[in-house]
Amino acid sequence: MKKRLNKIKAIYQERIRPFFGKIKLVFVKLLKKVEPFYTNKFVPFKDKVKHALTHNFILNITATHLVLFSFLRLKLTNKRRESMIGYMFIMVWIIGFLIFALYPVFYTLYLSFFRVTMDGRDINTVFVGLGNFQAALLRRGDFPELLVNYALEMILNVPVTIVFALVIAMLINQNIKGRGVWRTIFFLPVIIASGPVIRELMDQGATTLPSIAEYNFIDLVINNIGELFANPIQALFDQILLVLWFSGIQILILLAGLQKIDKSVYEAAMIDGAGPWESFWKITLPSIMPLINVTIIYTVVAMSVFSENPIIIHIRERMFSFSHESIAFGYGYGSAIAWIYFVVMVVIILVFIAATSLRRRVK
Amino acid sequence: MNVWAKIKHYSSKEKQSEVTRKAKSKLHFILLGRKLTDGLIYKVVLYVLLVSLAYIYLYPMLYMITNSFMTSSDIISASVRWIPSTLNWENYQIVWQGVNYPRALWDAFLLAALPALSATVSSALVGYGFAKYNFPFKKTLMALLIMTFIIPPQITMMPTFRMYSNYELLGTIRAFVYPAILGQGLNGAIYILIFYSFFKMIPKVLEESAQLDGATPLQTFTKIAIPLAIPAIIIVFLFSFVWYYNETYLSGLYLRDSGMLPMPLRVQEFINATDNFPEGSPAFELQQAIRLAGNILTILPLLILYFFTQKHFVESIDKTGITGE
Repeated sequence: MKKRLNKIKAIYQERIRPFFGKIKLVFVKLLKKVEPFYTNKFVPFKDKVKHALTHNFILNITATHLVLFSFLRLKLTNKRRESMIGYMFIMVWIIGFLIFALYPVFYTLYLSFFRVTMDGRDINTVFVGLGNFQAALLRRGDFPELLVNYALEMILNVPVTIVFALVIAMLINQNIKGRGVWRTIFFLPVIIASGPVIRELMDQGATTLPSIAEYNFIDLVINNIGELFANPIQALFDQILLVLWFSGIQILILLAGLQKIDKSVYEAAMIDGAGPWESFWKITLPSIMPLINVTIIYTVVAMSVFSENPIIIHIRERMFSFSHESIAFGYGYGSAIAWIYFVVMVVIILVFIAATSLRRRVK
Repeated sequence: MNVWAKIKHYSSKEKQSEVTRKAKSKLHFILLGRKLTDGLIYKVVLYVLLVSLAYIYLYPMLYMITNSFMTSSDIISASVRWIPSTLNWENYQIVWQGVNYPRALWDAFLLAALPALSATVSSALVGYGFAKYNFPFKKTLMALLIMTFIIPPQITMMPTFRMYSNYELLGTIRAFVYPAILGQGLNGAIYILIFYSFFKMIPKVLEESAQLDGATPLQTFTKIAIPLAIPAIIIVFLFSFVWYYNETYLSGLYLRDSGMLPMPLRVQEFINATDNFPEGSPAFELQQAIRLAGNILTILPLLILYFFTQKHFVESIDKTGITGE
């Protein structure tokens, strides 16, 4: 073993080190050649360009003033300079926002009032007013049904997700061994939950707990509450594991919030005679309420844009198919249903946030 | 005299000795503790709950791993439920060759790493600008930033799609890199918020002293803020990498006809192409195992990545202080 190590060392000394030395030499030589060029030619050129960019007809920056088009003189106060630099930093985002967010949003809003047909690459539009929205919501089709299912599913799944996340976060927050290991386990789904993987698991029935199916729970619901709620509840139980899988980030957020609560508050409450139950409702929940709102928004958005959500697959299919002559296809109709979906999503978020703040106000 | 009678006998005498009382209170202390939350019963319940929840969480994973090794006879037979009778690598071989796994992995890596890298760079810049400088309309812009997180991709994808097809960016990785460079990539708002709250935590004194020494704002950013923000950079890059790796909705649209597909879609494509057996036949059952093997191969790189970097993931929210607001 030692002999072999020595041999490797010898090879390293004899062969590899000189080789790297040679490479280094080449670089040093190159640098020596490049350096005079850099200092004599490139640096003055760069300075000239810099000067030309800041001292010209359009923009002239002197020590105290900023002159635009040689007549608009702005005094450069510290505040103005700061805001200018700030805008420079976020300029990247502003440009991206205009191109990839603002323009598309208004363009889809605009197209949702039109009937769009394709002519090669150009698009022809015919104004139809609210026709697309009417076609989506009033005439036949799967969209209203999908939308209602989506809304009911959200109303059931989001509280379940958040309650589970809160329970798990509180369990991990107790004085337990191996907190890191538990966090690692509960965060794992965030890493692997991509659309096709989850669809595969759903197809194979691996997302439901076997024991739930055995108790005929669904029949109980249908008999007692009614069909309307039975479907989403069945869906909830069919995908109970998926709902749990969506709570990885929420667990971390809530856990961080729980750890920020001062322990002495609990001690004071205990001295005043509060049990664990009371301290949960009176201390824990109010202190993490803002974070619960954050998790609500995150959960709704994550579930709504999840790539296996039937409704967004429906939108994509309708938006990018032009083979049909009916109105319920194409960019116009697709934009309309995308907007309806977006509005429903925002309404759901607002309803949840209103519900949580209502509780607080009652207290 | 049986036991109950004995107990009655002693208690009726009301001669409970000091010793038994002590033992009783000690037992009470061990089981319930001083304040319920430090007793043995509480501990047991806690761990049982944690273990069962962890089992529920990992159930699909375990299901995938065990079933992907099964032969068709294993899947059909009722006696084999968890542990396959033989370790059958054939399913993996089929998928490996079918998707040309090394090539697919390289493509998937590029498709995830390049947008993730550009998103990290741009969101660091923007987050720094928002955190350290005051300018008019800052609040409005921050609100718009959060709005971009809520706007679902199906609203913005069609104009973007048309834009890409006009400039012939469809089917290339640039369709994902350009929005990422401009801070509008997948979940771009979250990364900007992470950097924002991280840079907020850096004391302003450091930058002021650098400015006194004559550093320009860009120099302050690269020489002082960036080295301090390395945890945030790692976190943002990892999250972004994982999310881009798993992204299928937009890549199914933008990259549809190109050879370069993200891993989940490529595996999906291969499996759908070979999947034409009637339900219930042995071949169909075997196909199930192949599907699961494909899934495992899809998530395997991420599992390995997570194994080495899980600390950064699970500590991300503590470290970046995103809950501070």
